[in-house]
Amino acid sequence: MGALQSSPGRPEYSDLAEKTGFSFEQIGVLHKRFKQLSHNEETLRRDNFNEIDDLAFNPIRAQIIEAFFDRRNFHQNGEGKVQEIGFEEFVVVMSHFRPPSAHMTEEQRGKTRREKLRFLFNMHDTDNDGTITLEEYRHVVEELLSRSGTLEKETAKCIADAAMLEVASISVGHMEPDEFYEGITFEHFLKFMMWILDNRKWECCSA
Amino acid sequence: MPSGTVSHGASGRLRGLFLVMVLVFLEGSVFTVAVASSDQHSPTTAHSGGHKATDHGSHNNTGKAFPVLDLNYENVRVPFEISLWVLLASLMKLGFHLVPHLSNIVPESCLLIVVGLLVGGIIRGTGETVPPVMDSKLFFYILLPPIILDAGYFLPIRPFMENLGTILIFAVVGTLWNAFFVGGLLYGVCQIGTETSSILSRIGLLQCLLFGSIISAVDPVAVLAVFEEIHINELLHILVFGESLLNDAVTVVLYHLFEEFSGIGSVTLLKGFLGVISFFVVALGGVLVGVLYGILAAFTSRFTSHTRVIEPLFVFLYSYMAYLSAEIFHLSGIMALIACGAVMRPYVEANISHKSHTTIKYFLKMWSSVSETLIFIFLGVATVAGPHDWNWTFVTVTVILCLVARVIGVVGLTFIINKFRIVKLTTKDQFIIAYGGLRGAIAFSLGFLLKKEHFPEREIFLTAIITVIFFTVFVQGMTIKPLVELLAVKKKQEAKRSINEEIHTQFLDHLLTGIEDICGHYGHHHWKDKLNRFNKKYVKKCLIAGERSKEPQLIAFYHKMEMKQAIQLVESGGGIKMPSAVPSTVSMQNIQPRPPTKPAPERAIPQLSKNKEEEIRKILRTNLQRTRQRLRSYNRHTLVADPYEDGLSDLFLKKQKMFQIEKKPASNKVPMIQVDLASPQSPDSVNLLDEFGQANQQEEEEQGLMMKPPSRPREAKKPSEEDEAKDPQKLMRCLSDPGPSADEDEDGAFLP
Repeated sequence: MGALQSSPGRPEYSDLAEKTGFSFEQIGVLHKRFKQLSHNEETLRRDNFNEIDDLAFNPIRAQIIEAFFDRRNFHQNGEGKVQEIGFEEFVVVMSHFRPPSAHMTEEQRGKTRREKLRFLFNMHDTDNDGTITLEEYRHVVEELLSRSGTLEKETAKCIADAAMLEVASISVGHMEPDEFYEGITFEHFLKFMMWILDNRKWECCSA
Repeated sequence: MPSGTVSHGASGRLRGLFLVMVLVFLEGSVFTVAVASSDQHSPTTAHSGGHKATDHGSHNNTGKAFPVLDLNYENVRVPFEISLWVLLASLMKLGFHLVPHLSNIVPESCLLIVVGLLVGGIIRGTGETVPPVMDSKLFFYILLPPIILDAGYFLPIRPFMENLGTILIFAVVGTLWNAFFVGGLLYGVCQIGTETSSILSRIGLLQCLLFGSIISAVDPVAVLAVFEEIHINELLHILVFGESLLNDAVTVVLYHLFEEFSGIGSVTLLKGFLGVISFFVVALGGVLVGVLYGILAAFTSRFTSHTRVIEPLFVFLYSYMAYLSAEIFHLSGIMALIACGAVMRPYVEANISHKSHTTIKYFLKMWSSVSETLIFIFLGVATVAGPHDWNWTFVTVTVILCLVARVIGVVGLTFIINKFRIVKLTTKDQFIIAYGGLRGAIAFSLGFLLKKEHFPEREIFLTAIITVIFFTVFVQGMTIKPLVELLAVKKKQEAKRSINEEIHTQFLDHLLTGIEDICGHYGHHHWKDKLNRFNKKYVKKCLIAGERSKEPQLIAFYHKMEMKQAIQLVESGGGIKMPSAVPSTVSMQNIQPRPPTKPAPERAIPQLSKNKEEEIRKILRTNLQRTRQRLRSYNRHTLVADPYEDGLSDLFLKKQKMFQIEKKPASNKVPMIQVDLASPQSPDSVNLLDEFGQANQQEEEEQGLMMKPPSRPREAKKPSEEDEAKDPQKLMRCLSDPGPSADEDEDGAFLP
């Protein structure tokens, strides 16, 4: 995927490499792409993402782009959104999709999994209250169906409701009739996504 | 495995077993008689008496009295015998499940081979020649296609495609390695040999290689038969099974190549090169033929909305034609069949009616089941039939070499493959893959096809092949189950495909495609997405009729799930809960955000208590609410504009309510009522008070309470009992359109 265009000893690369687990070569490739997307500027804005043609067909495009500007994904315990991101944040967000390296301990593997699921959770939990409410889930399903041409709001609602019910049944089990299920917390989310991850590939072989 | 006699006790089983034994004995004796009389052409035997009609001379019977009762066996001989064989096979299958514990220890395939041995032994014992049942033509053109079609049609596409690289490497490289290793070393052994080597040393290198190529292919029938019963996880299953399917191309090429070479006797480099090319032609050509026929079938199914009855026929015919067409050109028929089934399935299923889908499923399962049973029985019979030529050296060396080659091959290839895989294959996985490399009837049939003139050592080969088959099926087949338990291999997850999984699968797909686009890397998600878009835009429009071509997969899946739940509800009389993994009392109302101004009576207690009175009270309270059951009913806002659906779904709702409420309190399962708050738009608690009045009267008889759907407040219909009985049927019949989606059923383990 292209030779290194910079010497491997660049200090910021080694920093990033350590933080995110990418190799120097991969960071080099990402940097090239970053420059391409940002037209050689220092920061990326949302418009830069909107220029990517291939993304136009993606039904959840908006959410993906938002994820890049979400402080929660920068691993700095921040919150809220930013308007523009630098290369470091770009790499950090991309690191969620890095294929696991061969020499990972079980613990590390568990940790990266948690991070990935946290990323996914953040994508759903748009108002940042720590739970995915029914409204937010409905929004997810609507977005998924948005590109298919038929915007059947009612059906989307029903699907989201059914899905939510399922999560609640699995996570909580027993609820009194007047209890109210606030929303999917991260722990619940972890539980039921774990087995989905077992069956699906999460990584894309970037770089 | 579900037994048909689940409701009987042990005595019922024994009774059934006894009956089956009687039937088998009767049938066996008839069969022996049939075989015996088939070999006699003259009517002067003790069995048939003097009235057996011969082909000629039956017309000048003027001197005889008119035969009131006549015996004419010759006319019906062939169909009769075929039916007898099939009947025997089916009875055997029945019998095995009646014998307690047997099916847990011994896999069915072993039992069937033993039965075949017995039958062959009996026939031989009565002095008759065993019929040459394992005719290669019969095997390849009649017995094998249903099994492969069944496998291909229900192939889980996603795991197959995700692991395609691994599967191909195992199938191609692995089989090649096995063939050359076994063939080459066998040749070496034959040359070195002991005093018996005078026979063996005549076996040339090419013959050995040919033998190697026959014996090295993992057999899909055997793998299916054994793996079906051990329920290992999907990954391993698809790896071994996919390998067994795809190695057909390699086997075909190698077989023809070596057969050709041994016939002519000269090997040139050019021929070797042509061999390599022919491999690609065979494999890709087979797939192409399959895809072509698959598209034809999908296209045909688009127009079958008026002739639903023959829909399944098209599926079967096109697939079989694909197989035969591939065989005409010596392409890989198995790959054609798989490709045809896999390609046509999503489109055909979107077009055909629900009943046709069920028909196809059950016919395929039935045929493949019978075929498989027959194949194993015939293997047993053919073993008895011989002709055999037992050569200790050859046979033992073959068996050992096969095992060794398989293990080395798997380990070596996994080492290479793991460098490219994200989910690595562990040692346990490798062991199962190696151990699961069973040989079966395909090897035998290929051996049977060899001509005696070119291959004087044919009998030695056949004996060795049969020994290897027996060894793998019996030893490996019987021990794989305890080994799987011992090694604690991950089993197949029983959880049904849920709506959540579907949502997140799609979400992840789009997410990963988006990330790939952002980092500019055209990975496999990108191409998959492109293919999907192409499919949606052009292909679906061509091949799927009407409205369904635009239905997104998620919605199709949701409808399918609802349909399944609805059918389940009706079939079980309403006593079950929604099939989720965990029984819970969570219902819709726990999730819906509670609007702050709702009055108190809407609080519902969904859980029935044991006390009848309390139950009734609760039912009343429950019915004060909106009762639109979103989860188990047909949503009125379905995409498909079916004029019948609107009216019937209401009746269906009522039926559901009635079923729920009729639950006996003594039932084991805690009955659940799923109720939900209606959408805030239509409060009509006022209308429900009318119902309350009616409900009060009715509740004494405990007939159940009729709920009216909130959308039609004026109609307080109370359909009578007979109507209720008819409604679900009407509903089912009218719903000719919504077929299942492209996703696979959780029905893989149907073959009991």
